[in-house]
Amino acid sequence: MAGSRPQGNGPQGLPGISVTGRRAATFCLLLVGALCVQATRVQVFEAGDLDHNSANQRLVVERYARPRGDILVGARPVTGSRPTGGRYAYKRSYTDGPTYAAVTGFASQTYGNSQLEGTEDDLLTGTDGRLSGWSLWDAVSRRHDPGGDVYTTIDPAAQQAAMRGLGDQKGAVAAIEPATGRILALASTPSYDPGDFAGSSGADQMAWNRLRTDSDQPMLNRALRQTYPPGSTFKVVTAAAALAAGVVTDPAAPTGAPFPYVLPGTTTPLVNDSADCDRPGLSLDAAMTASCNSVLGYLGVRTGLSKVVATAEGFGFNDAKLDVPVRPARSNVDTSMDPSQLALSSIGQFDTTATPLVMAMVAAGVANDGTVMCPQLVDKLTRSDGTEVELMKPAVYRRALTPAVAGQVRKLMTDVVENGTGGNARIAGAVVGGKTGTAQHGVDNSGTPYAWFISWAKPAGSDAVPPVAVAVVVADSDATDVTGGALAAPIARSVMQAVLGR
Amino acid sequence: MTRSAARPNRPVSSGRTTELVLVLAAVLTAVFGYVEVGVDLDGEVPAEAAQYGVALGVLALAAHGVVRWRARYADPLLLPIAVLLNGIGLVVIHRLDRATPGREAAAAQLLWSSLGVALFIAVVLLVGDHRRLRRYAYLGALVALVLLVVPVLFPPVYGSRIWIVVGPLSFQPGEFAKLLLAVFFAAYLAVHRDALALTGRRVWRWQLPRGRVLGPVLLIWAAFVGVLVLETDLGTALLYFGLFVVMLYVATARTGWIAIGLGLAAVGAVTVGWLSPHVHSRVVDWLDPLGSIAAGRGANQIAQSLFAFAWGGELGTGLGNGHSVLIGFAAKSDFILATLGEELGLTGLIAVFLLYALLVSRGFRTGIALRDPFGRLLAIGLAAIVGLQVFVVAGGVLALIPLTGMTMPFIAQGGSSVVTNWIIVALLVRMSDDARRPAPAPAPPVAPAPEVP
Repeated sequence: MAGSRPQGNGPQGLPGISVTGRRAATFCLLLVGALCVQATRVQVFEAGDLDHNSANQRLVVERYARPRGDILVGARPVTGSRPTGGRYAYKRSYTDGPTYAAVTGFASQTYGNSQLEGTEDDLLTGTDGRLSGWSLWDAVSRRHDPGGDVYTTIDPAAQQAAMRGLGDQKGAVAAIEPATGRILALASTPSYDPGDFAGSSGADQMAWNRLRTDSDQPMLNRALRQTYPPGSTFKVVTAAAALAAGVVTDPAAPTGAPFPYVLPGTTTPLVNDSADCDRPGLSLDAAMTASCNSVLGYLGVRTGLSKVVATAEGFGFNDAKLDVPVRPARSNVDTSMDPSQLALSSIGQFDTTATPLVMAMVAAGVANDGTVMCPQLVDKLTRSDGTEVELMKPAVYRRALTPAVAGQVRKLMTDVVENGTGGNARIAGAVVGGKTGTAQHGVDNSGTPYAWFISWAKPAGSDAVPPVAVAVVVADSDATDVTGGALAAPIARSVMQAVLGR
Repeated sequence: MTRSAARPNRPVSSGRTTELVLVLAAVLTAVFGYVEVGVDLDGEVPAEAAQYGVALGVLALAAHGVVRWRARYADPLLLPIAVLLNGIGLVVIHRLDRATPGREAAAAQLLWSSLGVALFIAVVLLVGDHRRLRRYAYLGALVALVLLVVPVLFPPVYGSRIWIVVGPLSFQPGEFAKLLLAVFFAAYLAVHRDALALTGRRVWRWQLPRGRVLGPVLLIWAAFVGVLVLETDLGTALLYFGLFVVMLYVATARTGWIAIGLGLAAVGAVTVGWLSPHVHSRVVDWLDPLGSIAAGRGANQIAQSLFAFAWGGELGTGLGNGHSVLIGFAAKSDFILATLGEELGLTGLIAVFLLYALLVSRGFRTGIALRDPFGRLLAIGLAAIVGLQVFVVAGGVLALIPLTGMTMPFIAQGGSSVVTNWIIVALLVRMSDDARRPAPAPAPPVAPAPEVP
C-alpha cells in the first residue's frame, strides 16, 4: 500500500495527512463499531444466560423488591411480607409457619423456594403474564404487577387436627375430598418454621444449616415426598383387584384360600398377625376385618400380576408426574415379579411403597365410586385485588374401579371399622370405612413398624360421596403398641371429625 | 488535496446558532436525566433539579459565549457533545451517590467540571494560535514525564501507582500527561516526517528510518511506557502506545509502522501478562469472566459488569432502577459504563458510543482540514486519544479486551480526567476555528471600464 500512490501529496508521492488521517479515523470508527457489536452481544444475545447466572443477585433483588402475594388457607393468609430496609426490600413471613409448612414450603432470599412458594412463584412475585391485561404495554412502561394470591384447598380445621394428632411423633397425614380431589390436609411432622430462614442474615443461615443437618429431617415433606411400605392398607387395592377380576364375586363367601399359605416356589408360609386368620377358606370380608396376610397374599397371586398392578396404577402408583401442583415422590408397585414376590406385594410388603398422598387417593377412589380425582392443592389463583386468574376444576384422574366393585370394597372397609382392627376410627353418627396397616421395616424388621391407617367417612344416612378420605402414617413413634389401629386410626378419626364438623 | 483547495472560497456559516441550540438541548437532556433519577427513586421531581439545570446551563453558556466571542468559526458540534457527555456523567454519578449512603461524589464532580470549563475558556482565550504550542513541545514532554514518575512516590491505590494523593484530593497525572505527549509527538513528527518516511535503509520491503531521527521520539515514548508499565497502569500505557503508532502512521504514511507497532504491542503484552500477577489475573478474568463463579469464588468485577449490562437489555431499567451497587467500588470510575448500560440499555449505550464517535470524527475532520502539519497531527492525535481511551475502557468493562482501568472521558468520576478532556475539547475548538475560518475575502475585482461607445 505504502509508496504506491503517486498522486499523494505527502512526502515523495506518499499519501498525505488527509488520506492517512482519514484512514486513522476509519480505524477509530471500527473500534466503536466493535464496541457496539460487543454491547449487543452482551445485552441482547447473552443477556438471558447472564440474568439467570447463580452469582447474579438481580433476580433475587427484584423478586424481593415488592411484597410477595399471599398463600391463603380458608380465606385467611398464612403468609405475609415484611419490609427489611436492606438490599432485599421485603422478607417472607409466615403465620403459624410449622402448621402449614408442608403446604406452603418456603420462600427464602438465600435458599430459593419450595412447594407452593416454588410452583406458584411467578404468580406470587407478579411476573405471571396472566396478571396483566396489557403485557406488551406493561413491558414497555415497566409496570410491575403486584403479586397475586394463591388460595389453597386446605381445610384449616382438618390441618390443625392432623398436626395435633401427629404431635411430636414422626409422621404424615394426607386428606382428600373424594368427589373433587381437593386436598384438605397435608401435614408432616416434625415440622419447621419457614420464616426462620426467609431472610439473608447470619441467623437465617444458621437456622437453615441447623434444619438441613437435623437427623429428624424436619424439612422433609413426608406427606408428599416420602414413600413408606403401605403394609396392610394395600390390601384394599388387592381386594379391589380381586373383586374387579372376578376372582372373588361374593365377599362373604369362602375364598378357597388355604392355610397355611406357602409362598409359591418356596417353603416359606405367609404368617398372620391374628389367630383369627389361621384357618383355611375364610371369606374376603372376614380376611379384611382381621387383616389376614395369607388370604390376601393368595388372592393377589390368583388375581395375577397385571391386574393387581393395573388396579394400583389406577390409584396413582407408578406415576412419577402426579403434580398437585407440587410434585410428590413416585409410589411403587413392581411390574415384574414372581408369584412369591407378588404375594408379598399384595399385602404391601416387598418393593411396594407409597406416599401418604397416594394411599389417601386409594381411600378417596373407593369412596368416590371407583373414580379417582386428580388431587389438587390450589383452589384458585387471584390478582392482588381479588379478581380471579384461574379457578380449580375437578378433573378425573383414573376410573380405577367400577361403582359396583367400589361399593363392595366400601362394605369391606366399613366392616373393618365396625367389627375389626379399625375400631379406633369409629365416629358416632357417621359411617366410617378404613383399613389399618402395620408395616415392618429395617433389617430383619428391626425398625419400629410404620403404623398406617387409611379411611373415609360420611354422615350416617347420607347417600352422597363421603366428604373426606384420609391417610395417616406414623413412623418411629415411642408408643409400645405400634399398630395402625392403635396409633394412626385416632389421628384419622380426628381429621375426619374436623371435616364432618362433629 | 482538492478539498482544501476548494475550501477557502466557499462561504462558511459560523454555526454558532446551531451550537447554541445544541448546547441548550444537551443541558435539557441532562436535566431530564436528573429528573428521571429523582422520579424513579423517590417518585417525585427532585427539588435540586432547577439548581442542577442552572449550574450546568451557566457552565455551558459561558463556554458557548467564549466560543462565540473568540472562536466564532469553531466546529459547532464539539462543545455540545462535551456538555452532553459531562451532563450524563453528572447524572449517573449522582444516581450512584444515591445508592451508596454518605457519598457525595456528584458535587465534587460538578466542581471539577466547573474547573474544566474554566480551563476550556482559558485555553480558547489564551491559545490564540495553536502553532505556538510547538515551542513548548520538549518542555511539555519533560513535564509530562515528571508528572508520570511522581506517583511512584505515593502508595499504590488498588494495585496501581498512578495517583498523587494530597489529603482529600487525588490527581491522576497520567490523564494530563497524555495531552503533553500528543503535543510533543505532533511537534516532532511535523518536523521530521519526511526524514522518517524516506531516509534510512531498506530492509526487504520496509524502509527503516535512521536512528538519529527515530531515536529521540522512540526514547521518549519508551520512557513513558516504561514508567507506566512499572506503575502497572496498563490502560494508559496501551493508550500511549496506540497514540504513538497512529500519529507515526498518519505523519509518514508508512504502513510498516503499524505492523511493527502491533508486533511490539503483542510482545509487550505477553511479557507483562506473564510477569505481573495483577495483569495476569485480569487476562484470566477476560478470557473467562464467569470462571470465578464456577470456581466458587463468586462473581468478579467483570462478571458483575456483564450482569449489569445484561440486566439492562435493549431498553434499560430506567435511571435509578438498576442495581449498580452490586458492581462494587469502581462503579463511578472504571465501571460507570456498566450502570449506563444497565439503566439506559443497549439503546442508551450505543447513543453514548455514537456521541464519542461524533466527537472523535469531528477531531479528525479538524485535523484533515487544517493546513499546518503540526496542527493536523495534534488534532488527529487528540481525537485518537479520545477514541482509543473510549475503546480501551468500554472494551474492558464489556469484556471485549482485558480490563486495564481507565476512565470514560467526561462521564467517569475523576477530576483529572474531566479537566483534561475539557482541555482537549478546547484545543480542538481552537484549531477547528482556524480550520473552518474562511480565507480573507479576495480584493473585489476591479470593475471593467465601461465601454464608451
